[in-house]
Amino acid sequence: MWGRDAGLREPYRNFHAWFDQEDPKRLRAKNREAEDLFRLTGITFNVYGRSEAEERLIPFDIIPRIISGSEWAKLSRGIDQRVRAINAFLHDIYHTQEIVKAGRIPKEMIAQNEAFLPHMIGVDVPGGVYTHIVGIDLVRTGPGEFFVLEDNARTPSGVSYMLENRETMLQMFPELFSKNRVQPVQHYPIDLRRSLAACAPKAAGANPTVAVLTPGIYNSAYFEHAFLADQMGVELVEGHDLRVVDGRVAMRTTHGYKAIDVLYRRVDDDFLDPLNFNPESQLGVPGIMDVYRAGGITIANAPGTGISDDKAIYSYMPEIVEFYTGERPLLQNVPTHRCSEPDALAYVLDNLEDLVVKEVHGSGGYGMLIGPTATRKDLAAFRRKLKARPKNYIAQPTLSLSTVPIFAQKGLAPRHVDLRPFVLVSPDGIKITPGGLTRVALKKGSLVVNSSQGGGTKDTWVLEE
Amino acid sequence: MLGKTANGLYWMYRYMERAENAARLIETGQRIALTRLNQTDKEWASVLRSGDCLQGYTATHDEMSRDLAVDWMLRSKDNPSSVVSSINAARLNARLVRTAITGEVWEAVNSAYMTLKKALGRKVSERELPSVLRLIRHHAALVRGVTHGTMLRNEIYDFARLGTFLERADNTARILDVKYYVLLPSARSVGSSIDNVQWESILRSVSARGGFRMEYGAGGGPREIADFLILDKRMPRSLAFCAGELSTNLGFLAKGGDVGQASRNKVRALENGLLSKSIDDIFRHGLHEFLQTTLKDLTAISRQIEEEFRFYA
Repeated sequence: MWGRDAGLREPYRNFHAWFDQEDPKRLRAKNREAEDLFRLTGITFNVYGRSEAEERLIPFDIIPRIISGSEWAKLSRGIDQRVRAINAFLHDIYHTQEIVKAGRIPKEMIAQNEAFLPHMIGVDVPGGVYTHIVGIDLVRTGPGEFFVLEDNARTPSGVSYMLENRETMLQMFPELFSKNRVQPVQHYPIDLRRSLAACAPKAAGANPTVAVLTPGIYNSAYFEHAFLADQMGVELVEGHDLRVVDGRVAMRTTHGYKAIDVLYRRVDDDFLDPLNFNPESQLGVPGIMDVYRAGGITIANAPGTGISDDKAIYSYMPEIVEFYTGERPLLQNVPTHRCSEPDALAYVLDNLEDLVVKEVHGSGGYGMLIGPTATRKDLAAFRRKLKARPKNYIAQPTLSLSTVPIFAQKGLAPRHVDLRPFVLVSPDGIKITPGGLTRVALKKGSLVVNSSQGGGTKDTWVLEE
Repeated sequence: MLGKTANGLYWMYRYMERAENAARLIETGQRIALTRLNQTDKEWASVLRSGDCLQGYTATHDEMSRDLAVDWMLRSKDNPSSVVSSINAARLNARLVRTAITGEVWEAVNSAYMTLKKALGRKVSERELPSVLRLIRHHAALVRGVTHGTMLRNEIYDFARLGTFLERADNTARILDVKYYVLLPSARSVGSSIDNVQWESILRSVSARGGFRMEYGAGGGPREIADFLILDKRMPRSLAFCAGELSTNLGFLAKGGDVGQASRNKVRALENGLLSKSIDDIFRHGLHEFLQTTLKDLTAISRQIEEEFRFYA
């Protein structure tokens, strides 16, 4: 909210004037009201392996995170460029691998990568789109200065919070939206449906049938799966509702089997098809990969996209963007030390106190070390891990993240945030919803924003230019 | 529409109806116990039997008492038909079919779940019981109301109605069957105050007391009560009314296709059986036998629906 020189940042001016006149007691009551609203609507996440009582709320903070129109425009150009590059990269590595031939990425980074899916070699995906939905995690370090933390190109989650946070703010503080010109996000589900339909395979008719595939009611993101299917007006299916019938993937309806053209799956690659991948999977559809390769269905996102958001590949993103777009990258990458390289490993071991160390395939903020706040014991443990399996880790410098205020016990207090804008890709183009999911580390000084570790969310405003 | 979704809708509404019926049965049992005209133990056993949960009770309890019986029907997680179990199951199914129901219906079910979870979190004392039972009925009414007011009249609605009326018909038939002996002609001559209380309790347990009085004034005996609850098409919990609703909704579902015809034929047979009989015919052939056959028919109809509309596979 405040710039480096402690002055109020322009986009927050209107909001701050409003906030100053508000009674903190009323706001606190509103905060509780928001939580009740979330519970009633069922915006909860399940904790795996717990009883039904364990449906939790992600804490919601009523202070919006505000981004100016011009800053957003600049950011969007960078996201657009990066997403184009990711799709070109995926097409390339599953076809002729020009980037490897050009010597820009070592061959073993692809061939020996767990996220590389040999089943996808030579497959021409419908509409040429690999990543129908992308959620790029960014942090802001200064005016117009964003770093990409992670390119979530598999099945990014959290978009329901973007929509419900806005809905909640609209219900609680309608007056704020008449005073601030906030760009709307509500059209996302319709955009998503259009975007998915535009990627339908040749086998589809004029009005493609879209469905959302969920692992089921006990999955932690089940609410979001149901929410998106509901908002798009499409069926929410599970693996046992589907089977291959006459060369198409079809769902069991009350009146027989009906073919699906586009499947927005929220099931990981490994569980998608017990015949082709994990044979133990109950969540997928036996034979769906064969239908897919024959052009009978669109799977969104395409299988095998994990290779592009892998943390080891991440360090090559500047090269990847340049190679495919012929442009200089507009978004910055956090400088990344690949511990698989001996020089890098030596540097990391020497400077562990100043670095963040992450597992190459880790997610959810688990299995990472934050040097500056780690205990001596943690540091020693990570030194051993790094020496034992260097390939498993990357390290990055800690960034001086900008903060935004939350509504804490004693009024406004600064906390670290990240931002996940949601991007839709179709043959018609790339569409970025103005806003996204802002996650906030509620603990003072903390850098971990994951909801599984005490993070919360905020509404994200992008103002009209 | 997915077979799984039809299944979820059907059971969501069956369980909502079941929770409401259980609350009404408890209310009736409590009222009879308060009149102290009867052996309370026997009365609670018959309430439990009406709720189809006597077997489970005797398997887990050594004695029969008001407290234990009420708790079993209201809160026990070991009793699959208790109010708590039914509301949990209704909500679980509502989550499964979240995309088929309106946001308002979901919120009504979720709010029923949250409120009742709190209200039934610990043992309900005798003093609190009336207000808790009222709360259950209110929430069930709310779900029914938003369903009526916000849902499209399409096949989703039809499956919701099938669940509601199968459960309701089952419930009415069961209540009558448990008490059939007080409705038999031989009991009519007795006309003791005990019988009056029993008749009254039957009417109360299906919320029919007001309607019955409106129709028969201060008169009307067991023959009229049986007629009212079995054959009167105006009474929304009578067997004839429920059969009519089932027939209508299955008619929509089976329109212009083969799927649903077998279920529809079974319901039509049930409906025609009711329409062609008088209450005296039923008494002549045996009320108990008639109710037993009806309960079997309802089970068969439910199975047929589940199979024909591909609920499971």
